Amino acid sequence: MRSPLIPEMATQEVQLNETLTHLKTESETLKSKLEDERAKLHDVELHQVAEKVEGLGQFVMKTRRTLKGHGNKVLCMDWCKDKRRIVSSSQVTHFMLLKTFMLLEHAVTMPCTWVMACAYAPSGCAVACGGLDNKCSVYPLSLDKNENLAAKKKSVAMHTNYLSACSFTNSDMQILTSSGDGTCALWDVESGQLLQSFHGHAADVLCLDLAPSETGNTFVSGGCDKKANVWDMRSGQCIQSFETHESDINSVRYYPSGDAFASGSDDATCRLYDLRADREVAIYSKESIIFGVSSVDFSLSGRLLFGGYNDYTINVWDVLKGTRVSILFGHENRVSTLRVSPDGTAFCTGSWDHTLRIWA
Amino acid sequence: MTIRNPLRDHGQRYRPRIACLKKVEKVLLEMQDLKTGVKSQPQRLVITTIPHAITGEDIISWLADRFQVDTQEARSFGSMLVALGYIYPLQDHKRLVIKPDASLYRFQTPYFWPTQQWPVEDTDYAIYLAKRNIRKKGILELHEQEHYNRLHKWMNHKWDFIVMQAKEQYRAAKERKKPDRVVFDCQERAYWVVHRPPPGTVSAMDYGLDRLIDPNADEMIFTQQSIMRPRVKSSVSIGALVKYCATYNSHDPFLSKCLPSNPWLTDDVTYWTLNMPYVEMPTKMRVERWTFSFAELLSDPRGRNDFRLFLKKEFSGENLAFWESCEDLKWGEAATMSEKAEHIYKTFLARGAPRWINIDGKTMEITVKGLKHPHRYVLDAAQTHIYMLMKKDSYGRYQKSPVFKETVKKAICPEEHHFTDAQLEQNAKKRRPSLSPIILRQMEQEQRAKMAATVDITQVMSKLSKQRKEAPPPPCPPPCPPPKK
Repeated sequence: MRSPLIPEMATQEVQLNETLTHLKTESETLKSKLEDERAKLHDVELHQVAEKVEGLGQFVMKTRRTLKGHGNKVLCMDWCKDKRRIVSSSQVTHFMLLKTFMLLEHAVTMPCTWVMACAYAPSGCAVACGGLDNKCSVYPLSLDKNENLAAKKKSVAMHTNYLSACSFTNSDMQILTSSGDGTCALWDVESGQLLQSFHGHAADVLCLDLAPSETGNTFVSGGCDKKANVWDMRSGQCIQSFETHESDINSVRYYPSGDAFASGSDDATCRLYDLRADREVAIYSKESIIFGVSSVDFSLSGRLLFGGYNDYTINVWDVLKGTRVSILFGHENRVSTLRVSPDGTAFCTGSWDHTLRIWA
Repeated sequence: MTIRNPLRDHGQRYRPRIACLKKVEKVLLEMQDLKTGVKSQPQRLVITTIPHAITGEDIISWLADRFQVDTQEARSFGSMLVALGYIYPLQDHKRLVIKPDASLYRFQTPYFWPTQQWPVEDTDYAIYLAKRNIRKKGILELHEQEHYNRLHKWMNHKWDFIVMQAKEQYRAAKERKKPDRVVFDCQERAYWVVHRPPPGTVSAMDYGLDRLIDPNADEMIFTQQSIMRPRVKSSVSIGALVKYCATYNSHDPFLSKCLPSNPWLTDDVTYWTLNMPYVEMPTKMRVERWTFSFAELLSDPRGRNDFRLFLKKEFSGENLAFWESCEDLKWGEAATMSEKAEHIYKTFLARGAPRWINIDGKTMEITVKGLKHPHRYVLDAAQTHIYMLMKKDSYGRYQKSPVFKETVKKAICPEEHHFTDAQLEQNAKKRRPSLSPIILRQMEQEQRAKMAATVDITQVMSKLSKQRKEAPPPPCPPPCPPPKK
């Protein structure tokens, strides 16, 4: 900044700085007041309540399928509601549809590198994906293996920066996206119209998850500003915000009942946030785990939390007791994505080692 | 936005912002502690003595002890330390892993740590390669040679400077004592293996895309609102989470047995066949889930059909139909939204509507007013009202009804599979892809059309037969319970 030549401007600058400091202190005071309010109703810890719960036995989880076919880093995957098909996307221009017993069904070339987000439509008849092209496009699927899916694609979302995550809502007609431009947005697939946009993150938004049906109409997002925000889809307002992580939040996932959500971050911890109590209720961490978490997901009952880590491993946590139940090896590079199947019978991981693995 | 396009940066891979590095450094310092760290000793390697060398097995056992983990995890952790460049192998220097034997390693000097503030520049790499070339021609490996040629091309304008630096460094090195020189060469070589990895190897320095960080914007009003937000006592909400886990424990395939067997484990798809969305006879486990919550019942298509059947018998099927129409409006296409809203109004809300739903006056007033300028959430208030009505009243009666009891009676409880190894192999060979969702959707649409047709015909037929027998009773819906606030 150039020093002002006019003395008045100098005083103005000093005043501005003072106002900013004043605002910052006020902001800090308010934040600590919020924490005090939150603490007032905090009468018990999760692990205390969990003491009465039976412990978990030994687990034997193994890779049941290894899927090769991407010639490059796998960045994202999603399950089809039929519990057997998945779509996966990679660093270089492809997304792939795989029939899980398990053959390559379709490979589609996209005109951009780093396809970071992909999602299966609820009907199973379309997929959405996007990445460095700043867009999210929807591809209707076809029974014809030789058909060029790219020809029928629809460009739906347009952001001003990379697309980090996308998800269909309860139908094939709407898509929710998050972007490196710091916003999330809801789009109408047919017309590409922007239905609602969500502003509030101060940096890249890296992940999002829709609330399960009954609690509907809300979603949670996590960003590089270390915040996890809960949004009302109707009004576009942020209704709750949690800032306890020490680094970028790479993944957020709702607890199956919709009353809580888990997050995974570069600070090597996963955390559980209770939405009704409005606070963080558990941290899943270990001294020996120092590498970031790239993705998290719950088992069907919500008792287990699976986390894919940047040190190529998968850690399985007991959600209630806060302890680690198991560590799984197998991938030869960063685990970039992890999703449990819709009926909870298995989970799938995608990695920078070019493969996907199904574990059960 | 600072996304670096890999095509344009000529290999300038800048220092990544990897959050774990500070934590790794703490561990490294502990490891090098003279008393409590990894034990080291001078080792003879060929003709020189290398001071402070450590063995792979010592590293692994130190880590296992320090973090109280098993050997496999300690080995994985140790390999990450090598991959990041904090420890380097003396033998087999291109493979950045920890070997659980007497293989030798050394701690990298902090000058070459990845957390240093300066980026790993191609200029330095060029100087390094040139220096090695000066020392002994033809010593560069194939990929290094390729790098060298490429850099020579791109940095041609400063190549004199690079060669001069290389010669200077070479000359300075010759003046060092032999052991120091050997050590420094190893350190430098290790540094470049980490930051310019040979092709086909995994690099821990690969961190993906850059991200953007901005200072925080104004958020004070939001914080003020958050303070006023209603909260629930932790014991209550946490209690609910614990209860949820307990309720679903027996339904979680990772925690309880999947009947008859988990298809991923036995390659037998009976489990999926028995649990298809519109199956005639559901399994006992599935029916049990319908009793856990109203949302569970509605979200399962088979459950919803059962509920629909029950409501039909009670002549309150319009509630469910209305709720489904509202869902369709909320999540449907923007283009047809107004038409849908109009249609819903005419079918369910208007005076004398064919499937009139009973909602309280206030909600009706708000809804009708909103319908003048319809948007996708215009029916929210009415939908919530009807949902709560069904949840608090119909749902309970459904569970006591003959329809439900009949379903429970017919529900299947499959026997657990006990496959021999030979049978498992057979199963694996018989793997087949499932029906495409596209075909399934077509089938569903056909079925729905058929059902709609049959319902109309039976209604008409029953009306006709009744008219023949006696004067039909006036259609009289049962008295609706008072609307809940």
